[in-house]
Amino acid sequence: MTKQQARFEPYDFNGGTCVAIAGADYCVVAADTRMSTGYNILTRDYSKIYKLADKCLMASSGFQADVRALQKVLGAKHLIYQHQHNKQMSCPAMARLLSNTLYYKRFFPYYTFNVLVGFDEEGKGCVYTYDAVGSYEKVGYSAQGSGAKLIMPVLDNQLKSPSPLLLPAQDAVTPLSEAEAIDVVKDVFASATERDIYTGDKLEIVILNADGMRREFAELRKD
Amino acid sequence: MGSSSETKENSLLSSETGIQRTQYPYVTGSSVVALKYKDGILMAADMGGSYGSTLRYKSVERIKPVGKHSLIGASGEISDFQEIMRYLDEQVLNDNMWDDGNSLGPKEIHSYLTRVMYNRRNKFDPLWNTLILGGVKKGQKFLGMVTMIGVNFEENHVATGFGNHMAQPILRSEWHENLTFEEGVTLLEKCMRVLLYRDRSAVNKFQIAKITEEGVTISQPYALKTFWGFKAFENPTAGAEGSW
Repeated sequence: MTKQQARFEPYDFNGGTCVAIAGADYCVVAADTRMSTGYNILTRDYSKIYKLADKCLMASSGFQADVRALQKVLGAKHLIYQHQHNKQMSCPAMARLLSNTLYYKRFFPYYTFNVLVGFDEEGKGCVYTYDAVGSYEKVGYSAQGSGAKLIMPVLDNQLKSPSPLLLPAQDAVTPLSEAEAIDVVKDVFASATERDIYTGDKLEIVILNADGMRREFAELRKD
Repeated sequence: MGSSSETKENSLLSSETGIQRTQYPYVTGSSVVALKYKDGILMAADMGGSYGSTLRYKSVERIKPVGKHSLIGASGEISDFQEIMRYLDEQVLNDNMWDDGNSLGPKEIHSYLTRVMYNRRNKFDPLWNTLILGGVKKGQKFLGMVTMIGVNFEENHVATGFGNHMAQPILRSEWHENLTFEEGVTLLEKCMRVLLYRDRSAVNKFQIAKITEEGVTISQPYALKTFWGFKAFENPTAGAEGSW
């Protein structure tokens, strides 16, 4: 019999875009809720933002099954941590744990593109950005996923982060107010949705600040 | 020596013991379509089993009950689905043996399927199916999907394979939260009829299943009324110069 079927393909790309911005006393993380495969939309309402701790969130795009597995692993690791230390993991610790968890599968990677947000030891907002195999960096803002290439240059232009080469090191947090940051996020997603077929349907924004956690939704183009 | 390059190509996938993995499906089932309605979940599938492009089996039950609260529908490799049913039945039996009044709901079954499918893809030995799981427990309706590589989600209406192209657009325009049983069945039949006309591996022998708080009912096989007598179907080669 002639082989007419494609061979087994263990990875898929389900698309999606994640953006995070850190301020002095807040952080914002946002992701669209579309999940696609090829030219098909699987669902228009799938959350890509996962709460790892009270003050630590992860937004992930890429291969959904790997994203889910990664969330479960981190959730389980964090549960054990809480039992052993009687406290929640700090955001920088969670950032390293995520890096190690990704690198542990270096030769059969989690095909996921993550941003992690929370507060550092001084209580300042922080964003960690990753590649699929665990390289990571602490930044003031970041975009990951299918629309990152459209969004990242806009953020660079509008948020003007100090060069990481400057000495002494400059603070990476953005000068924007919380409301301004949310407006920027809404704008860059509206723009990315115009050109990226994997981004759209709805925008989920989660804001962390002194009052705790807040969730907002905004509509995006559905075509 | 001629086959050495071929062996080398597959060396990553086949271990030293030479065990066989499913590299492609043999007997496959076509689309499954399911939706939430007022009192629960409705699911429809035809009963064809294709061997490549040959219609090999015509009475394959692709919708099955799982425990008291769930309904599963499968497209893809039939033998893998039958193995999945063995896993699920074992799971339900073991759950019953505790005799503690607790039981697995659709959410739990869906989560379990998610892990089984993802684990098998991690072993490069996938179960070649797309599964739909529906159910009702404690007044909560559930409808979700799992693919052969473990991608999973919940939705108000789902369709596998060809159904994602042909049935979903119909469902998106006509589905609403308060569909009655009759409206739901009519809508599913509309989807299945379109699939019957356009999906070459679909057959005109269907089952529709219903699950509510009261339990599972799977219909006897039945056929849809079709109409092929369109004027444009007659003498299709008229105007095609030089054809038969």
